Amino acid sequence: MEGVMSHGNDLNLKATELRLGLPGTDESTSKNNKRTANELVKNSELLNGKSDAKARDGETVPASKSQIVGWPPVRSFRKNIVQPKKTEAETGNFVKVSMDGAPYLRKIDLKIYKGYQELLKALENMFKLTIGEYSEREGYKGSEYAPAYEDKDGDLMLVGDVPWDMFMSTCKRLRIMKGSEATGLGSGV
Amino acid sequence: MVNYFPEEVLEHVFSFLTSHRDRNAVSLVCKSWYNVERFSRGKVFIGNCYAISPERLISRFPRVRSLTLKGKPHFADFNLVLHDWGGYVYPWIEAMAKGCTNLEELRLKRMLVSDASLELIAKSFPNFKSLVLVSCEGFTTDGLAAIASNCRFLRELDLQENEVEDPRGQWLSCFPDSCTSLASLNFACLKGEVNLAALERLVARCRNLKSLRLNHAVPPDVLQKILARAPQLVDLGAGSFVHDPESETYNKLKNVMQKCTSIRSLSGFLDVNARCLPAIYPICINLSSLNLSYAPGIYSKELVKLIRKCKKLQCLWILDTIGDKGLSVVASACKELQELRVFKSDPNDVGNAAVTEEGLVAISAGCPNLNSLLYFCRQMTNTALITVAKNCPNFIRFRLCTLDPITPDAVTMQPLDNGFGAIVQSCKGLKRLSVSGLLTDQVFLYIGMYAEQLEMLSIAFAGNSDKGMVYVLNGCKKLKKLEIRDSPFGNMALLADTGKYETMRSLWMSSCKVTFGACKSLAEKMPRLNVEIINEGDEMEGGSDDRQNVEKMYLYRTLVGPRKDAPDSVWTL
Repeated sequence: MEGVMSHGNDLNLKATELRLGLPGTDESTSKNNKRTANELVKNSELLNGKSDAKARDGETVPASKSQIVGWPPVRSFRKNIVQPKKTEAETGNFVKVSMDGAPYLRKIDLKIYKGYQELLKALENMFKLTIGEYSEREGYKGSEYAPAYEDKDGDLMLVGDVPWDMFMSTCKRLRIMKGSEATGLGSGV
Repeated sequence: MVNYFPEEVLEHVFSFLTSHRDRNAVSLVCKSWYNVERFSRGKVFIGNCYAISPERLISRFPRVRSLTLKGKPHFADFNLVLHDWGGYVYPWIEAMAKGCTNLEELRLKRMLVSDASLELIAKSFPNFKSLVLVSCEGFTTDGLAAIASNCRFLRELDLQENEVEDPRGQWLSCFPDSCTSLASLNFACLKGEVNLAALERLVARCRNLKSLRLNHAVPPDVLQKILARAPQLVDLGAGSFVHDPESETYNKLKNVMQKCTSIRSLSGFLDVNARCLPAIYPICINLSSLNLSYAPGIYSKELVKLIRKCKKLQCLWILDTIGDKGLSVVASACKELQELRVFKSDPNDVGNAAVTEEGLVAISAGCPNLNSLLYFCRQMTNTALITVAKNCPNFIRFRLCTLDPITPDAVTMQPLDNGFGAIVQSCKGLKRLSVSGLLTDQVFLYIGMYAEQLEMLSIAFAGNSDKGMVYVLNGCKKLKKLEIRDSPFGNMALLADTGKYETMRSLWMSSCKVTFGACKSLAEKMPRLNVEIINEGDEMEGGSDDRQNVEKMYLYRTLVGPRKDAPDSVWTL
């Protein structure tokens, strides 16, 4: 579990490297030259923004992120507190939706729905079908279609059994099953 | 001559000595002073829980009422130490439960605390008053429930940045109605829900409550009700501060805030809507401490609007979203600032929201009383550091962290040796230093030469040769903790002055050039040191080759020999 990066900048890496430097700036190796006597060479440098007035000659701006264990030295507690909020807020929670018999799948963002009612309505609209009422005992019995989903463990589950928040975090993909096939799901063991 | 003082007199004199260092010094004078001191010492501080055993502690200080223990090495904070390395508190509590039931206060840092330990505390110490856990793990809210239920005179429950499992969430309801003694309650780090009604009732009946730090599960309307009941609060950690500024709740909160004229310290805002911050404006003028480092997503402009009202601020913890310009405003508004911590707002990514040397220089120019700094920055220059050193000669703690650990001076591309050299030369009282950026052996020459009061030094990716480490070991007479990672120091440096390590608490070296053989010979030579090698697994195959570099080494002085609770992956040589 070596935390230290390998020595030098491969030409291969350079070819595929994303860079945001000013046009015409060359990759600076002055930093690395000074360090060659030691075995430590990082292959990551700072993103320096666009035409920042502070950009100086030779300062490089490749986009490779630092992968050194434990650097910058921030307590894991702090990392977990500050970070997840950001990523969660930014990205959606898109899941695939398949319908039996349909030629292609759709994708929906679960985050935009506040609960099962809204989700089911949206599915009904998207696929032009009716799903019907949910009941704990009978599932969606009687309706033409039944919504099911694949959870974290890979099991096929009936939509509606668990609280919405739990559903949001465990649902990996949705599947709209034809009513006839779905009868097995709603009934007991 | 001193022997003619009756013991009662000595005891009375010693009762004015509160610092453990003073008491340690006094106990060395002569046998009679040693004895008087040991029977009168109430507070014991143990910086490394493996340096001594609980039994010996109790036999020397039978009347100890307050115990502070630290476990894992500092670099454990950054995932460099195995989770199960050690630092178990249970044996200590077990021993105290047998021999020292007057225990009133327990303060733990980086230790493994099980629910069983907490339950044992709750059962064994009838006068237990204060539990402070910092960066600990291993317990759940069940353990907290035991403390709440059984510690009838509990005054302080302070949980700082611990990893706590929350299976049930009802621990707060376990404080009995008869509990009215709480003065300090901090559960900001808990991730789960709490019983809000129980919280309100608890606050209402604890009239001495001075410090209250809530977790994210406490919404603004409950905060408002709590503040209405507890206008005497001195320290407040808001939980969730997200609400509609047009709402009734917000109005009520604003009004009640105005009455909280005793609040001197503000933190939390774990969830915050920047438009709600004006509710705090009325109390800003009274604040001496402000911690917004857990509050994501507040833009620099809004931060600045708030902070510029805090004219009496002495301690500020903030995210780098404040920017250099924001720091300039802080510098002009907060003239009494003593401690500043600027954290990276996105610890895993490198974004544009970062501060540079400019912000630091501005602060140093405006705040001459600055004595404690933690600064995560994108870049630094020697000129800036030299200026800072001139402006602020009073630094006691100076920790700089450049995002790229080997970044040179951003202007000259030179190493940052001279900048840090200026810091240690100017700040004669410097006790703690973390260096970063491109650094050669030269910086360690300066540190060895000038940092006479230095007690803790953190080094990462720095230096060229063994000489660097030797300069430090030779020069820093008061050095207690040295932690080094990814630096080219090897056997020559490690073995240069083995006696030095008995004057220090500990030495950590990881990803350096120290070999198995050298560690073994050090361990052989110094029986009062524990030299531990931490293996991630790979190196254990087929025994150790003496010439192989050691991945992680942690050595510390101890009076009780190798510990018996080390996991398989930790070898004590």
